[in-house]
Amino acid sequence: MIPLSWFLAVSAILFVIGFFGVLSRRNAIAILMGIELMLNAVNINVLAFWRYTQPENPAGLVWAIIVITVAAAEAAVGLALFIALYRLRTTVNIDEVDLLKG
Amino acid sequence: MDGLLFLIPALPFLAFVLIVLFTNQDQKVSAGLTIGATAVSWLLGWYFAFRAFFDPHGVAEEPIRLSIPWFPGGYSIFYTGFQVDVLTAVMLFMVPFLCFLIFVYSVGYMEGDPRFSRFFAYLALFATGMLGFILADNLLLAFIFWELMGVCSYLLIGFWSFRKPGETHIDHAQVKRARAASIKAFITTRVGDTIMLAGMVLLYAMTGSLRWSEILAPETLEKLADKIVSMPVFGVAPWATVLAILIFWGAIGKSAQFPLHVWLPDAMEGPTPVSALIHAATMVSAGVYLIIRTFPLFHVVAEGSNSAMWFVAFIGTFTALFAATIGIAQFDIKRVLAYSTISQLGYMFAALGIGAYIAAAFHLLMHAFFKALLFLGSGSVIHAMHHGHHVSHEHGHGHEELPIEFNPNDMRLMGGLLNKMPRTAWTFIAGGLSLSGFPLITAGFWSKDEILADAWHGGHMIVFWTLAIAAFVTAFYTGRQIFMVFFGQPRSEAAKHAHESPNSMTVPLVILAVFAIAAGWVGIPETFPGLGAVVRGWFQSLMGAQLEALHLEHETLPFNAAPLLISMTMAVGGLFVAWLIYGRKPLGYEDPLARPLGGLWQAWHNKYWVDELYQATVVAFAKWLAHFLYNFDDRWVIDPIVDGVGRYGRRFAGAVRRFIDEQIIDRIVNGTAWVSNVLGEFLRQIQTGQAQNYLLAILITVTVLIVLGIGVG
Repeated sequence: MIPLSWFLAVSAILFVIGFFGVLSRRNAIAILMGIELMLNAVNINVLAFWRYTQPENPAGLVWAIIVITVAAAEAAVGLALFIALYRLRTTVNIDEVDLLKG
Repeated sequence: MDGLLFLIPALPFLAFVLIVLFTNQDQKVSAGLTIGATAVSWLLGWYFAFRAFFDPHGVAEEPIRLSIPWFPGGYSIFYTGFQVDVLTAVMLFMVPFLCFLIFVYSVGYMEGDPRFSRFFAYLALFATGMLGFILADNLLLAFIFWELMGVCSYLLIGFWSFRKPGETHIDHAQVKRARAASIKAFITTRVGDTIMLAGMVLLYAMTGSLRWSEILAPETLEKLADKIVSMPVFGVAPWATVLAILIFWGAIGKSAQFPLHVWLPDAMEGPTPVSALIHAATMVSAGVYLIIRTFPLFHVVAEGSNSAMWFVAFIGTFTALFAATIGIAQFDIKRVLAYSTISQLGYMFAALGIGAYIAAAFHLLMHAFFKALLFLGSGSVIHAMHHGHHVSHEHGHGHEELPIEFNPNDMRLMGGLLNKMPRTAWTFIAGGLSLSGFPLITAGFWSKDEILADAWHGGHMIVFWTLAIAAFVTAFYTGRQIFMVFFGQPRSEAAKHAHESPNSMTVPLVILAVFAIAAGWVGIPETFPGLGAVVRGWFQSLMGAQLEALHLEHETLPFNAAPLLISMTMAVGGLFVAWLIYGRKPLGYEDPLARPLGGLWQAWHNKYWVDELYQATVVAFAKWLAHFLYNFDDRWVIDPIVDGVGRYGRRFAGAVRRFIDEQIIDRIVNGTAWVSNVLGEFLRQIQTGQAQNYLLAILITVTVLIVLGIGVG
C-alpha cells in the first residue's frame, strides 16, 4: 500500500502550484483556476487522512463531497462576478481593479 | 370613639387641602367643604365636651386620650397626642361652634370677593390650628398649632393686601395698611413666642417632658419650686417662677397684652369675620387658655414670694384699664371693639393673677360669645354702610360734602341704624350690654362679677378697684358706641341708605345673641340669693372638678353684696353717662368729649403714643442695627472677602492657563495628533488595493509564523 506521506506530498505540490497561480496570474479566471487547484489539494489531503486513520467513519467522505460542492458554487459565483466586472470595466485584469485603494 | 379625637382638627385640615388642590375654582364647593368639615368637627367636639360635662370628675381625673409615640428624644420617647379634660371640654364647647357660625356668616360677608375660596381655605386651616391647640396633650404640639394660628392670623389680616388695584372698592392706602398690619401682627407675636420657646426648652431640660399630665404633676412642680436659679439683673427666683414668666410672655404676645398689644388694633384691617373669630373669640384667648392650662406652674410657689402670679396680675390689671381708656376715644367701630378685647383679656389675666382660675375660664368663654357677636354685628353694619355708600352714589347723591373722608368703619358717619337694620341693632345691643356687664340678665355680668368678687374676697384691693374703674370705662365706651351707631340721626348718605344684611349673616347674630345673654346663667354662683339655688353654680362645680384633679384647693365664695353692688353701679353708671353725653342730644362730627378733655383725649385717641414710641425706639433701633449689620457684613467684611477670593481666583486661573495648559496639556494633545499623522502617511503606502499583494503578505507572514513555530516547537 502506498504510504500516507506520498499522498500528502502530492497534495502539498498541488496546493503550492495552485497558490503560485493565484499569486502570479493577472487574469482573474486563471486565479480562479488556481483556487480550484488548492481546493482539490485539500480534498486529497482530507481523503488520505480519512482512509488512513478512520476508514469506518463516513464523515471524511461527506466532507470531501461538501468541499467539491462548495468549490462548484464558488466557481459559479466567481465567474458571474467576473462577467459583471468585464461588462463594467471591459477587463478581467485584476491589477486594473483597484478602486478601493486609498 | 376615643380614636376619633384626631378627626376634630384633621377634618378642617382636610378641607383646607382639598380646597387648595382641587376646588379652588368653585366658590360654593369650597365654602361648603369648610363649613361641612367644621360642622362635623363641631358635632364630634360637642360629643366629647358633653361626655366631660356629664362626668366632670371622671374626665378630670382620667382625661379622654389619644396618644402615639412621636420620636425618641434623648433618654425617653416623646409621646404626642390629643386629650380632653374638663378645661378642654369647655373650650371644645365654644370653639368649633363659633367657628361654624362665623364661617356661615362669612358666606354672606365675603360674597363677590374674587379670592373667596382662598379665604375659606385659610379659615379651615385656622380652625385646624385652634382645635389642635386646645386638644393638644403636650406643650410642644400646642406650640406647633399655636404658630399655625399665628400664620393664619398673618394671612387673614393681610387678606386684602394682594387685591389687584381697581378690582373692587379697596384702595391703595388700605392695601398698604393691611400689609403693614399683617407684618406687625406676625412680628409682635413672634417676640412673645420666642421668649415662650425659651421657656419651653428650659422646661423640657428641667423635667424631661412636655406633657401636661407630667409637667403639671405635683411632684414635678414641687421640684421646680424648690430649685433656685440665680440670674443677672433679675436676682434669684425658683425655677417655677422663671418658667412661668417665660411662658406667660407667649400669652402676652398672643393675647395682645401690654406691652405687646399694639398688633391687635391694626389687625382690624382684616375681613370682619376674621376679627370676630381670630382676634376676639379664639386665637387671642388661646393665650389665656395657655395660662389656665399651666396655672399650677404659676401657683406652685408660695404666695407672697410668687412673682409670677404678681406679674400676671399686674399685666392683666394694667392692660384692662389701659386699653379700655383708649377705647373711649376711637372712631373706628372695629378698633373700639379691638381695644375692648385687649381690655377684657386683661381682665382674664388679672383674674388668673389673683388665683381666680374658674372666673378666668368663665370670662374667657362668655367673652368669646359676646365679642364674636359684637364683631359680627359691626361687620354687618360695615357691610350695610358699604352698600349704602354705593346706593347713594348710584342715585346721584354722590356729591355729599362730609367734613371727614368716607370710611365705612367710621362711627361718626353712622347713626340711626336701629330702624334700618333692626336685627343687627338689637343683637349688637344685646352683645354690648353683655360686654358692659348689664346686671342680672347678661352673660358678661356674671363672669365679670365673678372676677370682681374673687378680687374682693382675696383682698386684692388695687386689682379690684382698677378692674372696677375699667368696668365703668367699658360700659361707657360700649354705650358710646351703641348710641353713635344705632341711635340719633344718620350722619351720612351712606347711613341713610343702609339696609339689613342677608340672612346668612343675621341668623348667626341671633344665635350668638342668645348665647351672649343666656350662656352666663350656667355660672350663677350657688350662694347668689334666689337664682343661685336654681343653677347651683354648675360651671363652678364643673371647673372645680378640674381643679381637684390638679390638686388645687377651691372654695365656694360666700355671698358678698359689696363687690356685687359696685360692679352693678359701674355697669349701669357707665351706660348712663354714655347716654348723657352721646344719646341725649344729636351728635356732630366732633366728639363731645374731645374739647373738654383736651390733652387726655389726645392721649387716648393716639393710644398713648405707644406705636410712636415703638417706632422711635424698637423699630428705629432694629432698622439701625439692620443697616449697621448690612454695612458691616456686606461692605466691610463679606464683600471684600468675596471680592478677594474672586480676584485671587482669577490670578491663579491665569497662572494655571499659562504654565500648565499651554505648556503641557496642549503639547501632549498636539503631539498625539502629529504622531498619528506621520504613522498614517507611512502606513498608507502598504494599502495598494491589489489583492495579490495582500495574499503575498499573508503567505510571507504565515511562512514566518510556521518557521518560528517549528523553531520554538
